[in-house]
Amino acid sequence: MNEAAFAEYTKNLVQQGAVGSDEKYVTENRPTDLYLHFLPFLQGMLYVGNDAPLKEQELQLVQNLAEAFSTAYARYEDFTKLEAAKSAVEAAMDELRATQSQLVQQEKLASLGQLTAGIAHEIKNPLNFVNNFSEVSIEMIEEVLEEREKTRLSDRLGRESTDGTLVDDILKDIKVNLQKIHKHGTRANGIVTSMLLHARGGSGKKEPTDLNALVREYVNLCFHGMRAGKNPIHVEIVLDLDTEMGLTPLVKEDFTRVIINLCTNAFDAMRSKSISDQSGNYVPRLRITTKKEAQTMTMVVEDNGPGIPDEIKDKIMQPFFTTKKGTEGTGLGLSISHDIVKAHGGSLNVEIKESEGSAFVIQLPIV
Amino acid sequence: MKILVVDDEKDIQALFEQRFRKEIRSGEMEFAFAFSGEEALIFLEDSGQEAVLILSDINMPGISGLELLRRIKEKYKEPPPIVMMITAYGDNDNHQTAMHLGANDFLTKPLDFNFLKEQLKGYLHD
Ligand SMILES: Nc1ncnc2c1ncn2[C@@H]1O[C@H](COP(=O)(O)OP(=O)(O)O)[C@@H](O)[C@H]1O
Ligand SMILES: [Mg+2]
Repeated sequence: MNEAAFAEYTKNLVQQGAVGSDEKYVTENRPTDLYLHFLPFLQGMLYVGNDAPLKEQELQLVQNLAEAFSTAYARYEDFTKLEAAKSAVEAAMDELRATQSQLVQQEKLASLGQLTAGIAHEIKNPLNFVNNFSEVSIEMIEEVLEEREKTRLSDRLGRESTDGTLVDDILKDIKVNLQKIHKHGTRANGIVTSMLLHARGGSGKKEPTDLNALVREYVNLCFHGMRAGKNPIHVEIVLDLDTEMGLTPLVKEDFTRVIINLCTNAFDAMRSKSISDQSGNYVPRLRITTKKEAQTMTMVVEDNGPGIPDEIKDKIMQPFFTTKKGTEGTGLGLSISHDIVKAHGGSLNVEIKESEGSAFVIQLPIV
Repeated sequence: MKILVVDDEKDIQALFEQRFRKEIRSGEMEFAFAFSGEEALIFLEDSGQEAVLILSDINMPGISGLELLRRIKEKYKEPPPIVMMITAYGDNDNHQTAMHLGANDFLTKPLDFNFLKEQLKGYLHD
């Protein structure tokens, strides 16, 4: 390559942005002719200009240099790629974490939604008594006052006074009414309190809890929630609760979600069976059993729905696994329930009885 | 006129007996109570459709109020008994189902007894 060609060549390189400036290649006593050697490697090319062709040995040396350079360059590239990949993974993880906590929150709201109708029912019934027994008591007090007035009148007129048994009877009724108002007011208060506990969360600490009472209350709410929801079904509910149960250490607001999830699943399962049932004498039945043993307590939620096919038995506890269509299932109920029971030091397992529905078994340590 | 009240809430009996005490005392109205849909059907069977007006809660364990309504309308035709439904869920679905099954009225809890009394007297004098 002669000088002019070289000048042209470097200008080209500058234009392509391969080298900064052609100045530094134009030295004082530059050779008039150059032998150029090109040694391509993966990420670029090494070129060596010399006033004589390179010898085999020299060429080998330059080749080695090119290879070493290629390796170093590759390392550098890997490193930057790795850095980019790492921050992409971190961003994805953050997003996943946010989505997950959002979903867990949504599942919690959904389970609260399951309850709202049940809660409405459970509040309007006591309210019906509170409103009406108080109104009727006012009427009765007015009657008492009227009777008193009559008595006063006849006293003044020196007539025989009317007998006081009517007034006594009315007063007794009023007393009973006030007791009923108090009873139903307390009932409504209990419902609201546990609803708030469920929505807001409590202390997050385990407290000695009357599990049987919790079961009764939440199964009832779930049942009414289901009844007021889409496609209600008739369900025979059997509670077989150990009277010797005593207190179990539970994070109440968490454990209630387990009860809600298991009951909701059972209702869903039995609904699908009652839709597909041809015999016409299928009676959906939900049975909940609690049993206290020396060190543990066992709670079983059992339904006579379609059961769980063997193929999916291992998957149902996985987050997002659902066989329900569209928005009917989140696939989070069992996985969250599983986590909650585990956080209590216990276990949640499924038992499937051939064509006889499913049973979910919770075991918790008492001490 | 005999009115059958069906509700699984036991206190409903004391409430009706007090709110209608004047009508009961005067013999204008007579009440019977059933605490489930099953009990209501047995009562109707035994009394030979003596009750001309039935007030039923919708949400009860066992036979629901809507199912009870369906069976009553199916079984007793002449004269068709008046059935009023009462519910703590004032939702549209229940309302429509009840009306579709032939309910004469649809009331929500808490009950407005003054309104109920007027309705009952209306049916009485028809
Ligand atoms: N009692 C049950 N009977 C039959 N299948 C059940 C029962 N409980 C849960 N499953 C199955 O397990 C799956 C996962 O349940 P879950 O985690 O609660 O999510 P989801 O209820 O949102 O589908 C359900 O979609 C269903 O296929
Ligand atoms: Mg579920």
